[in-house]
Amino acid sequence: MFPELIDTKPLRRAVDDALGWVVTNWGGAFEAAARPLLLLLNGIEALLLATPWWLIIGLLTAIAWLATRRWTLPAIVLVSLVFLGLMELWKDAMSTTALMLAATLTAIVLSIPMGVWMSRSGRVRQVITPVLDLMQTLPSFVYLIPTVMIFGPGKIPALIATIVYAAPPLVRLTDLGLRSVDPAIMEASRAFGTNPTQRLLGVQIPLALPTILAGINQTTMMALAMVVIASMIGAGGLGYQVLQGIGRLEVSRGLFAGLGIVVLAIVFDRITQAFGKQLQARIGLSEARA
Amino acid sequence: MTTSPAERAIHIEGVTKIFGPAPQQALAALRGGMSKTELQTETGHVVGLDDVSLDVAKGQIHVVMGLSGSGKSTLIRHVNRLIEPTAGAIRVYGSNVLEMSREQLRAFRRTRVAMVFQKFGLLPHRSVLDNVGYGLEVRGVRRVEREAEARKWIEIVGLAGYESALPRQLSGGQQQRVGLARALALDTDIILMDEAFSALDPLIRSGMQDQLVSLQKTLSKTILFITHDFDEALKIGDRVAVLKDGAVQQEGRPEDIVLNPANEHIEEFVRDVNKARAIRVRTIMETGPAEPCSIAVPADARCEDVLPLFAEHQWVGVLDAAGQQIGRVTARRVIGALARHGARPPAAAEPALEAAQ
Repeated sequence: MFPELIDTKPLRRAVDDALGWVVTNWGGAFEAAARPLLLLLNGIEALLLATPWWLIIGLLTAIAWLATRRWTLPAIVLVSLVFLGLMELWKDAMSTTALMLAATLTAIVLSIPMGVWMSRSGRVRQVITPVLDLMQTLPSFVYLIPTVMIFGPGKIPALIATIVYAAPPLVRLTDLGLRSVDPAIMEASRAFGTNPTQRLLGVQIPLALPTILAGINQTTMMALAMVVIASMIGAGGLGYQVLQGIGRLEVSRGLFAGLGIVVLAIVFDRITQAFGKQLQARIGLSEARA
Repeated sequence: MTTSPAERAIHIEGVTKIFGPAPQQALAALRGGMSKTELQTETGHVVGLDDVSLDVAKGQIHVVMGLSGSGKSTLIRHVNRLIEPTAGAIRVYGSNVLEMSREQLRAFRRTRVAMVFQKFGLLPHRSVLDNVGYGLEVRGVRRVEREAEARKWIEIVGLAGYESALPRQLSGGQQQRVGLARALALDTDIILMDEAFSALDPLIRSGMQDQLVSLQKTLSKTILFITHDFDEALKIGDRVAVLKDGAVQQEGRPEDIVLNPANEHIEEFVRDVNKARAIRVRTIMETGPAEPCSIAVPADARCEDVLPLFAEHQWVGVLDAAGQQIGRVTARRVIGALARHGARPPAAAEPALEAAQ
């Protein structure tokens, strides 16, 4: 056994007391600050539930066709979504989609500027990279507990936990995409007298877009991976069905809801990937890398 | 070189560039007499340019020729300050490039110097039209105007019909025409060309060289052209500077370099070169009163241009710009000039003597 050199009890008590102090004194303020997130999530959910099922299926199938110009992906999307409807999972699937979309949108708004900042400064990258590592490796329950204490069980902590888990890959891939733009093209742009903002918007972001899109794809996938855990603290949807299936030992319920999550993952993964490929082909990167 | 300050477009004086963590200390060591190899092995600093001075006169194609690692690409990037020198001065039309603020430097790049790159540097996501208009767009020119201007230059470089193509759909030669049109569309006095034709096939390269020379004649731009190809340097250069290990070995008119190479290094290049292309008739003509010849060429003509004429004529006259005959050449004279170096056995070459001339 490792010798007991220091007494960790006071340290632990200090951390616990600090959290308690934050909850009692700042709980309301935190909740108010997170209100826009809740509004976003509720808005998306209400919109998805108010939209007739056939319109959603039609729209997603059409998007799939636009992304590939072939019939395979639209067919997969169509079958997958009809499966959700037939298995009586439509409403839950829409709640889960809403959580995923809200988390992804928030992650995009936060991660892309962060990635841009990282790509420009080595020092910022040195500071942010370990934070991202922490966000991805720290077991989610560790930060779920304090978020639930601060916000109370419900959708907000579920959404925040999902964002914390799903945002890092987008930050990393934005940074990577921006830094790996061909230096010869960047130099040419510099030689024509562009300022850093013109280079960012006119050269770096358009050329890094396939990589950034791969990051968005990763974020949607990781957000879907969080739905079961998120349902433990108050998010509804397919994750909640899985949780109930486990709780009641109803294997069928857990299995069908689980398959529903897989189906959603396939639909969003293939659509975002197809757009990424299309974009790469348009820029001409796919040939260069082949 | 004997240009007065008023005729200078680009004035580079004593530029030294040292790559490494502490270039100023390395510079002090270099000035203190340390050799470049010592500097590199002991301190890890690489001397890119060593006290380079160069004047580029207005309206000329000035070629800087050197092998890879000679510092030529580093040198051209100092003119628009894509690279900061460790020491030295750079003036373009009298204004000190090194004293410019960031904003002044950007304005300088937008309006005074355009650049063409070896790897083209085109924006792969933009059409040919938008690539050619890129510099004008950065300058803030409205879309209608810049597209009209871009179309004009696309036409001139021979790419009409490709306006909406993407760079990757074009061949290397076509891509470099886009790069050239993009630089020309800016209508700057100075164009920097960094190994612009090196990535192209020999035939296409030759065509691009001809086009550049003829464009330069009509537009009278000042062009600083970097190449590793001695033939190319002789073909297009009004003046040529040979760079080796970051230092200028010789600078002069192409024929001066061919006829009087300053050292062994340059002699090596000269040995393999097509002298008929480098030597112009004005340097070898007989002057003095003579009867008008039945056929005549301008004084700028190259030996290779007059050689075919000797099949039918004994004398070929040489005309000045006004069309007056100022001299004449014979086949014997041309052959004598061409053979002067090639005929000499290698053992007899004495670089020290050559350098002393």
